[in-house]
Amino acid sequence: MRYSALAVLRHALSGNRDWARAWRDPEPKPAYDVVIVGGGGHGLATAYYLAKEHGLRNVAVLEKGWLGGGNTGRNTTIVRSNYMMPGNTLFYERSMKLWENLSRDLNFNVMFSQRGQYNLCHSPAQMDAARRRGNVMRANGIDAELIDREEVRRRLPYLDYSERARFPIHGAIYQGRAGTARHDAVAWGFARGADRLGVDLIQRCEVLGFLRDGHRIVGVETSRGPIRAGKVGLAVAGHSGHLAKKAGLILPIESHALQAFVTEPLKPLIDTVISFGAAHFYISQSDKGGLVLGGDLDGYNSYAQRGGLPIVEHTLASAKALMPALSRLRLLRHWAGVMDMSMDGSPIITKTPIEGLYLNGGWCYGGFKATPASGWCFAWTIAKETPHEDNAEFTLDRFRRGVQIDEKGMGPTPNAH
Amino acid sequence: MLRLHCPICGPRDETEFTYGGDATLVRPAMEERSSEVWLAYVFQRENPRGPHREYWHHHLGCRQWLVVERNTLTHEIGETRLAREVADLVSEAAE
Repeated sequence: MRYSALAVLRHALSGNRDWARAWRDPEPKPAYDVVIVGGGGHGLATAYYLAKEHGLRNVAVLEKGWLGGGNTGRNTTIVRSNYMMPGNTLFYERSMKLWENLSRDLNFNVMFSQRGQYNLCHSPAQMDAARRRGNVMRANGIDAELIDREEVRRRLPYLDYSERARFPIHGAIYQGRAGTARHDAVAWGFARGADRLGVDLIQRCEVLGFLRDGHRIVGVETSRGPIRAGKVGLAVAGHSGHLAKKAGLILPIESHALQAFVTEPLKPLIDTVISFGAAHFYISQSDKGGLVLGGDLDGYNSYAQRGGLPIVEHTLASAKALMPALSRLRLLRHWAGVMDMSMDGSPIITKTPIEGLYLNGGWCYGGFKATPASGWCFAWTIAKETPHEDNAEFTLDRFRRGVQIDEKGMGPTPNAH
Repeated sequence: MLRLHCPICGPRDETEFTYGGDATLVRPAMEERSSEVWLAYVFQRENPRGPHREYWHHHLGCRQWLVVERNTLTHEIGETRLAREVADLVSEAAE
């Protein structure tokens, strides 16, 4: 059934009692052409584009918990494409273009809101770096504006411009097409879209190991029995290293916990997305009114989906340094997700050295905004056995060749990206 | 808040420490020419879900490097030793 304004009206008149469920809950078949492990945004998007763009419909997505219950449901929902390293720039812009038409494409409102994003600069040197980034973006056809302190002050009057500001604001780089999207809706939209094209979405089905024929991987061993597959794609960021090891692959990835926070709801205050340039901190306001914010990793390897108090204090200190008015606001919740922190801060979407196994991971902080292009490029790579030009650099062997895509210039220190 | 058990200073909050990553890696000899060996050392990580042996630097305390056994799933802290003692054991084992 297509969703439409008319359908909403018709169901309203009948008391909203006869909405059909959005996707099936099938039993796993003994074999599929492609099995995608991981029912988050990336896995669901991959299945959707496999079916839609490549006609591969004998596909299953296996999820150990429930759809979108991992990092898809734990992020701060920011979408932007302000990357400047070759290999990243056009990939994230592809994602932005897919976002711009995603609700229509999926017939599901992902509430993509292009409210703009400011990256604040707090020194003349940071303004120079922002100018360089903006020029790279504009040379690639991506919107970017450099604005000075007075213009930032006019647009964002609630930041600290006083003499006492610990990090004075010198200006900002602004991307007007950036914004936020409703994270759960992205998983649900892709799930419904994939299901309608014949993909089996199988929840509570944990992958425990791999079926092999010689060196080749020919399926997976799951908590619901063996499932054979022509190709197996991993989209389990946070746990990529854990699962790849079962296939005999050691990855350039460490798992780290990243926290996010939401405050009590307020009247409309922040109508855009703001990233602090002096510390790692970003803030926006949800449609329910809560301020959604995040900061640094906890900093040590972790698979626990919870964070420690030092980062709570650090993040809220950043919030207060940027917007003193927030100091008396109460925090409603904080939680953590497990990040695949890759050794250069950039993702991996590639065939692996193991026949029949494909890998999508290493998303660090950047997974949510990448969801559509990640699925689109991973589907291409699986279907055509070769990467699309937009994910051609996201290989595993870039580390062997020494050509990392290090956007932050941090070197192989995963907790610093 | 993690509480690490520094062998010199006793139990201290994690905020006194800097994390140093996987302590099972051994730096290859400087004359090592195999890029595979360097690839494994610089980039590849076991990244275990469970017990992990890792470096912590007590930079706001005794400034010693420690080797800590910590569970990455539960954050439970196990045995903690001075890194130089661990290094002595490793080189003894090599001889």
